[in-house]
Amino acid sequence: MIALSDYLIVAAIIFSISMAGIFINRKNIIILLMCVELMLLAVNINFIAFSHYLGDSAGQVFVFFILTVAAAEAAIGLAILVVLFRNKRTINVAELDSLKG
Amino acid sequence: MSFEQIIFYIFSAILVFAATMMVTVRNPVRAAMFLILAFFTSAALWMMLEAEFLAITLVLVYVGAVMVLFIFVIMMLDIDIAVLREGFAKFLPVGIFVALLMLGMILMVVGGEHFGLEIFAAPERHAADYSNTRELGLELYTTYLYAFELAAVILLVAIVAAIALTLRHNPTTKFQQVPEQVAVRRNDRLRVVEMDAEERR
Repeated sequence: MIALSDYLIVAAIIFSISMAGIFINRKNIIILLMCVELMLLAVNINFIAFSHYLGDSAGQVFVFFILTVAAAEAAIGLAILVVLFRNKRTINVAELDSLKG
Repeated sequence: MSFEQIIFYIFSAILVFAATMMVTVRNPVRAAMFLILAFFTSAALWMMLEAEFLAITLVLVYVGAVMVLFIFVIMMLDIDIAVLREGFAKFLPVGIFVALLMLGMILMVVGGEHFGLEIFAAPERHAADYSNTRELGLELYTTYLYAFELAAVILLVAIVAAIALTLRHNPTTKFQQVPEQVAVRRNDRLRVVEMDAEERR
């Protein structure tokens, strides 16, 4: 039998890998967005595993809403990315310093 | 080791491999492909957790829509990969350190002694005629109806925002002016000229 902790550990590994991905790909916005998607996937695995083992379908409803918001986030994020590339001709995070942050 | 466990470990291994390749591979298109593989394998894991509807939704919505959008954008933009890869080796130790730290901390919480089979026994499998879609739909359209409608509004806002952001007005493009076409009168376009009849030759 597969324990709940097995699913949680897989999700934790995925989350950590995408965390590392954000650190090592910190110049490329597209990869950063994809790492965020992977993090959301890890969170969703947690939700569904708890939903299954606790016998409560509310967790699956939450995953449904997370998927919705993540799709909206990806659409708007990529639209911003396209506009950014059109204006600046680059997606290098280091060169996007207009706000002097 | 039971058959179920073998499947679980195979899919988990593919998932971890795909995630690792996604963050380390050089080409963004390949990274997107590995992300698609990760989505597929996690959909298989969700199937094992009896979340069939969400597993199919993950494949349809993520692989079918979001990742296609990603690949579209990657291929449309003319990116210099070499510049974007700068600092990869420099930040690699920091990234691995942070990831291991994070993983260690999470494992302290979610390890087998807190969430093992003794504490959370594996639930009984549902019968063959059990419909996950029906159960989820019942929840969604009764208890979470308000949130469901809000999600629809969020998607609408996302559509409008994405179009509004990327729409470009080209001043040289000619459009039909429908109100002017409708409001036109005979006198604007037609001029009746009166002239004497001419003698027939």
